[in-house]
Formats: sequence, C-alpha cells, structure tokens
Amino acid sequence: MMYEEGFARSLPRPEVAIRALDLGKSFGAHTALDGFSLDVGAGTVCGLLGPNGAGKTTAVRILTTLTRPDSGQAQVAGFDVVRDPRQVRYRIGLVGQNASLDEILSGCENLVMFGRLLRLSAAAARRRAEELLEQFDLAAAANQPVADYSGGMRRRLDLAASLILSPPVLFLDEPTTGLDPRARIDVWSSIRSLVGSGTTVLLTTQYLEEADQLCDQIAVIDAGQVVAHGTPDELKAKVGPDRVETITRKPSLDEVFLHLTGHHPSTGRAEPMTENTR
Amino acid sequence: MSTFTAPQSTTTTGWLRDAATLTGRVLRHWKRRPGSLVVSLLFPVLMVLMFGYLFGGAMAVPDGGYMAFLIPGMLAMTMLFGLETMVVSVTTDTAKGVTERIRAMPVTATAVLAGRSTADLLNAIVALAVMLITGLLVGWTAHRGLGLALGAIGLLLWLRFAFTWVGIYLGLLLKTPESAVAVQILVWPVGFLSSAFVSPDTMPGWLGTIATWNPLSATATAIRDLFGNPDWNTHGWAAEHSILIALIWPAVLTAIFLPLALASYRRLDR
Repeated sequence: MMYEEGFARSLPRPEVAIRALDLGKSFGAHTALDGFSLDVGAGTVCGLLGPNGAGKTTAVRILTTLTRPDSGQAQVAGFDVVRDPRQVRYRIGLVGQNASLDEILSGCENLVMFGRLLRLSAAAARRRAEELLEQFDLAAAANQPVADYSGGMRRRLDLAASLILSPPVLFLDEPTTGLDPRARIDVWSSIRSLVGSGTTVLLTTQYLEEADQLCDQIAVIDAGQVVAHGTPDELKAKVGPDRVETITRKPSLDEVFLHLTGHHPSTGRAEPMTENTR
Repeated sequence: MSTFTAPQSTTTTGWLRDAATLTGRVLRHWKRRPGSLVVSLLFPVLMVLMFGYLFGGAMAVPDGGYMAFLIPGMLAMTMLFGLETMVVSVTTDTAKGVTERIRAMPVTATAVLAGRSTADLLNAIVALAVMLITGLLVGWTAHRGLGLALGAIGLLLWLRFAFTWVGIYLGLLLKTPESAVAVQILVWPVGFLSSAFVSPDTMPGWLGTIATWNPLSATATAIRDLFGNPDWNTHGWAAEHSILIALIWPAVLTAIFLPLALASYRRLDR
C-alpha cells in the first residue's frame, strides 16, 4: 500500500486541461449541478457518464462558456470560463447533441464560414475545409446542401466543424445519440484518431459501451455531482470484490452504475438493491 | 493536420469581418434557395394587385386614385413583412443549433447581430426595388423629385432597421420556427390597423387614434408626403408631423429592441 501511494505521487502529473471546481447551477427550482468537480488531464479522454437529467449537458455548457455557473469555477485550456470566455472559445471544439449546421449551405460552405469566424483567411479557411472534408470522408458530398446529408454525414461534418482550429480541448455531448450502429462506429473511429493526435476530449454519454470503448477515465455523474471517477477497470474493480463470490464474470459498467447510484443508467429509475448488488 | 493557431486579439477589422461573414451567409442562402426569396419578393406585388384592382374600385381617394395611395402603404407593409422573415431565420438557427455553435465561437454578439441586420437591410433594398418597379408599372409615380423620393426610401429603410431588431428579439424569445407562425399572423392586424390601406379617419374614433399612432402609419403618411402622393385629409398633430414621427418611432423601437436582442443573445442560457 505505502509503496503504491509513493509510486503514484512520483509519477509526473499530467497537465490539467479541464478543471471544474464545485460548480453549481440551478434553473428555477431544478438543481442541475450541485458541487460538480472534475479534473481532466491533457491528452486524455474522459467520459462523463450518467442518465438523462444527471447534469451532463449543463456541465458541458458551462465548460464551453454557453452557460454561466451560479457558483464554483472552471478552467479550460488554462483559461477561466467566466472571466475569459473568448480565450476559451478559441481553444475548444463543441459537438452538441444535435448537429449544429447550416442546412441550406453545403458542407464546404459551412466549414469555410466557421473557419472565417475563427479568423482564418479566406484561402486558409478554404484549404482547411477541403482537408477536413477529405479526412471525414465527405469530399464527394462537399458541395451538396447539408439538408441532403444523412445523420451520420451530418455528425461527421459537425465533428469536422469543431476541429477547424485543431482545438486542444474537444467537448462531445452525446456524440452518437440517435445514430445507427454503422454511423456510430464511424464516429468512434474519428474520435479515436483525434485522441491519437493529443486532443483532450470530454465526452458525455448514456452508452456504457461507448465510454468503455473510448475513454481513459470515466466520471460517473448523478444528481449534478461526480459520484465516482476512475479508469473503466478501476470502476469495475470498485464493485468487484463484493461480487466475486456470487458471480464469476466481470461486472459490466451497467452494473457499476447501478451499484454507485442505485438506479439504472438508461432509465434513470431507482431500482431496489438485489441480492447480487449487495 | 494544421497546428493550433494562436488567437488574435479583438480588432475592429475582425469585428467587421465577422459581421461580413454572417451577412455573406444570408446572401448564400438566397443563392442556394432562390425560390423562397422570390416568393417573399412577389408576395407584396400580389397584394398590390389584389388590393389595387379588387378593392381599389370601391375606395374614394381624393385626387390621384387608390393605386397612388396604396403603393406607399404597401412599401411600408413590405418593411413590416421583413419581421416575419427575420423571426423565421432566427428561430431556425436556434432550432438547428447554428446559434449555439456560433455562441461557442469567439465571435462577439454585436458582430453576429450586425451581420443579420445588414443582410436584412440588403433584403429590404431588393424588396423596395421590386415594389417601386411594380408601382411604376401600375401607374404610381413620385411627383416631388429624386431628392425627396430618396428621403422617402431612407425613411422606409430606417423603419426596417427598427423592425429588424424587433424580429431578432422575438426570434430569440420564441426559439422554435413553429412559434414564428404567431408572428406571421400578428403582422396582419398591425398592418391593417394603420394608414397603409385606408385612412384612419374612416375607422371608429379610438381605433383611428391607434392607427394614426402606429409606426407604420407615420412612415406611410410621411412618404406619401415626400413622394407627392395623395392622402386622405388626415388632421391632428400626428398626421401633420408625420416625417418627424417617422424619424422618432424607429429610433424608439431600436432603442428598446436592440439592447433587448443583444441581451437575450448573450443570455441564451436555456
């Protein structure tokens, strides 16, 4: 034990790309975030896992400067989200729950427009748009209006639009919700290749498989707080010791979630503790 | 992959460029969907033909005929129609997440709204040109020279500038394109309760007073004066000072709705 703790302390601490400290946010009588704290190391992929209404989207909106927190503080890429939103905005990409694109314009026109708004020159915006269309396998549809794109194509274009400046920090709010399995796998492979290039990713998801597939770290969020934080294996191990006697397979993240929060992730409904979880 | 570009500081040229990019976006929409632009341009023309030829015969306008009275009224109405278009495009942007994406980018709120407003003014200029040509084709003319006629066009665009901000604010408030239908319906009572189509003198007293003070009436009455077009004998301070009121009303609307639009854009916290 002693050795392990000492060892952990001697490891070089990764630079923190996202830091949330005791964030609180209410909408009227509804408390969305209640003491939300989270650190995400630079170059890692952190999954924010929780049911609908747990506060995932609110956390992302605060970290991306779209919503002001009522209390607490947050830094992204070294800048305070409330005091220095402009600096944060230059350094982040955001893919929301729904594609955020101009449907009348073509894929290429969308990317050029967003590139211009990020202060690229006309030529540079055009070059970058072509690069991204190629990278996301959209070159053939570059000049079609986005209204004609399939769900998967929109999501890829949306991701491309978030990567125009190659931001060091990327927020993906339920990036594959509503996509068919094929499109989901495409988006996953895009995310994986980003991670390879050193981008820090905070990803919210209701899909445990997605978190398991993509994330180095998982923060389980419930009722506006992070209730557990660790690698997928660590989280599974937390539940593990209680279970080895009764079940032989490794617990799934579904079970981890149920164990930690007392309700099932996909429904958010409270479930009675079964013999297995006890 | 290109490397991360260091952010540039906020500059006036940057601001202008952002606004120009967003104006250019609306112009591209016209290019991509010319149909909806053409329909929006032809709708007031259709109204001129309907009102002018179907109802016009029943209208007793002193010296000049109903068409000469109607055209300035319809020019003012055309400015009001811009409000619907604005509400539809602002709510569509919110619904499609474009507003969200731009808000998460380093673009200032004023540049975003200035881009919209500029595009809307360009649209208004095209719409006015179409209506003026229509007017000339159906026998309407300006009688008091180019200078005053340009003054009239200036007053119309000034009114539109004010409606732009009302439209942006309502669009941000309503959020969904479906609710924009309410605005499309409300445009009509606002339009009819004015001197655009008939003289407020022909209305019941209290209604006539409201119609006289309608911002649309002030502009319609003022441009009839500047174009040298006929008007019913409208008495009272408001009718006699229509140019002054046509300058003040849009200023008041802008002073109220521009800050409201800006504040609600900045506060789209959901």
